[in-house]
Amino acid sequence: MKSLAQRALDTAVQQGAEYADVRLAEERHRSFTTKNGRIGHVADSESHGVGVRALVGGSWGFAATDALTPEGVDGAAAEAIAIARASARVQARPAVLAPEPARSGVWVSPCQIDPFSISLEASLELLFAVDRELRAVDGVTLAETGMEFHRTHQWFLSSEGADQEQTRTSSGAGFAAYSFGENEIQKRSYPNSFGGQHQLKGYELIHELRLEENARRVAEEAVALHQAEQCPQFTGTLVLDSSQLGLQIHESIGHPIELDRVLGSEANFAGGSFLSLDKLRHLRYGSELVNVVADARLEHGPGLGSFAFDDEGVPASCSDIVRQGEFCGYIMSRETAAQIGEPRSNGCMRAESWNRLPLIRMTNISILPGERGLSPDELIADVAEGIYMETNRSWSIDDKRYNFQFGCELGWVIRNGRKARMVKNPSYSGITTEFWNSLDAICSREHWTLWGTPNCGKGQPQQTMGTGHGAAPARFRNIKIGSAYAR
Amino acid sequence: MPVNRETMASAPRTPAMRRDAMAPLLRPEFAHQLLELALSVAHADETELTLQAGSSALTRFANNGIHQNVAETQTTVSIRSVVEGRMARVSTNRLDPASIAETVARAEELARLQAPEPDLLPMPDPQQYPQVARAFASAMLTPEERAEKTEAMIAVARREKLTAAGVVANHRTAQALINSRGLEAYYEETGAEYSVTMQGSDSSGWAKASSTDGARLDFAGGAETAARKARLSAAPIELPPGRYTVILEPAAVLDLLGFLFWDFGGLAILDQRSFLTGRLGTRLFGENIHIHDDVLHPLQSGAPFDGEGMPRQRLKLVEGGVIRSLAYARQTAERMRREHPEIPAAPTGHGFPLPNEYGEAPLNIMMEGGEQTLEELIAGVERGILVTRLWYIREVDAYEKLLTGMTRDGTFLIEKGQLARGLRNFRFNQSMIELLNQVEALGIPTRASGEESFDMVVPPLRAGGFNFTEVTRF
Repeated sequence: MKSLAQRALDTAVQQGAEYADVRLAEERHRSFTTKNGRIGHVADSESHGVGVRALVGGSWGFAATDALTPEGVDGAAAEAIAIARASARVQARPAVLAPEPARSGVWVSPCQIDPFSISLEASLELLFAVDRELRAVDGVTLAETGMEFHRTHQWFLSSEGADQEQTRTSSGAGFAAYSFGENEIQKRSYPNSFGGQHQLKGYELIHELRLEENARRVAEEAVALHQAEQCPQFTGTLVLDSSQLGLQIHESIGHPIELDRVLGSEANFAGGSFLSLDKLRHLRYGSELVNVVADARLEHGPGLGSFAFDDEGVPASCSDIVRQGEFCGYIMSRETAAQIGEPRSNGCMRAESWNRLPLIRMTNISILPGERGLSPDELIADVAEGIYMETNRSWSIDDKRYNFQFGCELGWVIRNGRKARMVKNPSYSGITTEFWNSLDAICSREHWTLWGTPNCGKGQPQQTMGTGHGAAPARFRNIKIGSAYAR
Repeated sequence: MPVNRETMASAPRTPAMRRDAMAPLLRPEFAHQLLELALSVAHADETELTLQAGSSALTRFANNGIHQNVAETQTTVSIRSVVEGRMARVSTNRLDPASIAETVARAEELARLQAPEPDLLPMPDPQQYPQVARAFASAMLTPEERAEKTEAMIAVARREKLTAAGVVANHRTAQALINSRGLEAYYEETGAEYSVTMQGSDSSGWAKASSTDGARLDFAGGAETAARKARLSAAPIELPPGRYTVILEPAAVLDLLGFLFWDFGGLAILDQRSFLTGRLGTRLFGENIHIHDDVLHPLQSGAPFDGEGMPRQRLKLVEGGVIRSLAYARQTAERMRREHPEIPAAPTGHGFPLPNEYGEAPLNIMMEGGEQTLEELIAGVERGILVTRLWYIREVDAYEKLLTGMTRDGTFLIEKGQLARGLRNFRFNQSMIELLNQVEALGIPTRASGEESFDMVVPPLRAGGFNFTEVTRF
């Protein structure tokens, strides 16, 4: 396989590439689900192919093929060169790459139990046990469970001499209970929406999630929501669980710090960013307690954004994004780093698969936990009147990432430091920097979770990427609550 | 039976972006060879093979220059095996005989490890399909031709002192679906698309279009539309949130409507996850709302058969605001007849490939309109808001179909029948049931493209009391 990647690279250089890189990958995916006591689907897929990226005359071309033959990879390399030459006809500025030492290495993500070695029967047995627990609760009208596993084995070679081989294995699992009644549909998910929790781990993740133990409680909450009052509309204190805070980070920090958005590359689709270059190191993004990093290193945790090298061959690193509330860094590619005068990329170029161009993508964008020991109960104890919200239900933000609105599956009215009563259809909205500046407490390390968001969309053609977001429960003051149902 | 390697290598991987490459992308004999190979090693009761081959290319520009430019070619085989009432699907893009045999073996192994599925029907017998010709040489753009069209759009931006970003894209795909009961279905399609955003210092405009026939696309015309919107919306003012009369352009209508049709499948009703649960046959929308599904309409795209090979039928979904019918896969129709005999149900050819959790959905939506142009609709508004497109739409409430999202790239105040000036963008929280009861006028339907939904044929419309709840900073 590697010899075909080398051949594609050699062909691209021979045909005139100033710079070229090649990613040749073998991918495997397995997923299965249950629905109301029956199999939803059982599916397995594999895909292999090569993608060639070439720079000619300061312009890019990219071509990918699954024809892994000498002729096939030569054809892809030649096509990438031809496309780059066509690009050069309409060039805004020549692409220049920030320098990067060529690195070699072999890396395999930690995976204690190979998920592809686990029998389907055993996994289905667990999902059916969860399904039975969910449907044992009167009022549950739809029970869904699922697991999925990915493995990507990739070679990356560049004309600068990079030679890297990486294998990443990720796993995910979760369930949801729906309840239809009284002219409304309520839903509870565990451990998160978006199919549950997803991490760069093997089957050991499934054991850690304690799916069966949590099923009954979650199903009962879905049904109980019908009896709950509607979330009130007011401006006040909001407490978020860590999974919802993870998505809040994703949307209102992770996307606006993408330097390609800032520089206009995504203007037609994903949009721009309010974080124009003049704001770097000159914007109070959040309160003093807001410390956010982009960290692709395994030391940060087994996140969907953890790797050894990005898809430009840059080693995984940790960058400060927000330090004590001050905005201090973007996530970059080699080209965009050079464009703003940074000496190096911080290694955030990632491609969905061999057939897609790497783009600037989130790695693990995480808020650091509070340094002072603080539990969720203590967080709530300091709230005279407010709302606690848990598990995302809807999410929306404008194309410059200022105005957002989130809905959650479950809410609790907090009164005098305690959860007083459940409320349904909770939502909140705000302006990004105002929101992060209103954070006045965040729980400590033992309550911090590295969540996986498996479905982040970006690019044309659109690519889906898994990203990681570490977060702990946090408290925000003066937040607009209940806005989604405003009439 | 061994596969002819020469046929395999040449048939699906024919370079697709040349004008002389209009011989069929997938030859039936190639699909037959693969199925015969699969059957020669199969031990399943039934086997289905889906073959998808294609090439696509996309030129992307921003800041008035091409910055990304990509192409790909791929052929995928997918095997569905049924063993004693249990099934699994395994896919690969390795087409050599050993890999096909391994794929078949893995599908059968995964099927055997399950409990039998009581509702599983035998695979369908051979079907008849209408002829549809949707492969056009006009969609076969070379990299140079995509660059030329990009150049023309950027020339508009330079003339207007604006900054352009967008895409020029094209694809050619072919699909074969055959099963061990003798069903054979083939489909080939081309497509071309542009999307363009023009940005000024404090404003923007947007246009997008797609067609199976590249000759129908007016690339420079789209750029002119986007530039005009950017120019007219410069120096936007802020209006307070509230309920306003709106004109929704077709792209905005499309992206909202797209959230409805996943609920128009029989399985969504059986699962009680559809907003139509308990509302079938009732008048849910205004009497002026008529929606059907028609894959054969000349402005539509997509195969005339579903994921099992059943022919897609024309469906009358909404008539005079009344929910008239649903889409059904074979298995869903059977279950609906058994569990709810009062609901008429028959297979409509809208099923997704099996196995799946979601059953079926109509995906060739046609919303009927009126005779008025967009300009005539605007002329009829004393005070209101014109919405070019919507963005980041998400469902807030599943049963009320309450959606939230933002306006984007061309939001205008209308006064006395004319565009008065640009507006800062709004967030909306709007029930679709309420919206479709407040439609006051409909324009001429057109094939529309957005970013939140599949393409549809929809009109622009005027509606009263649209619920804008917040304003953003631009």
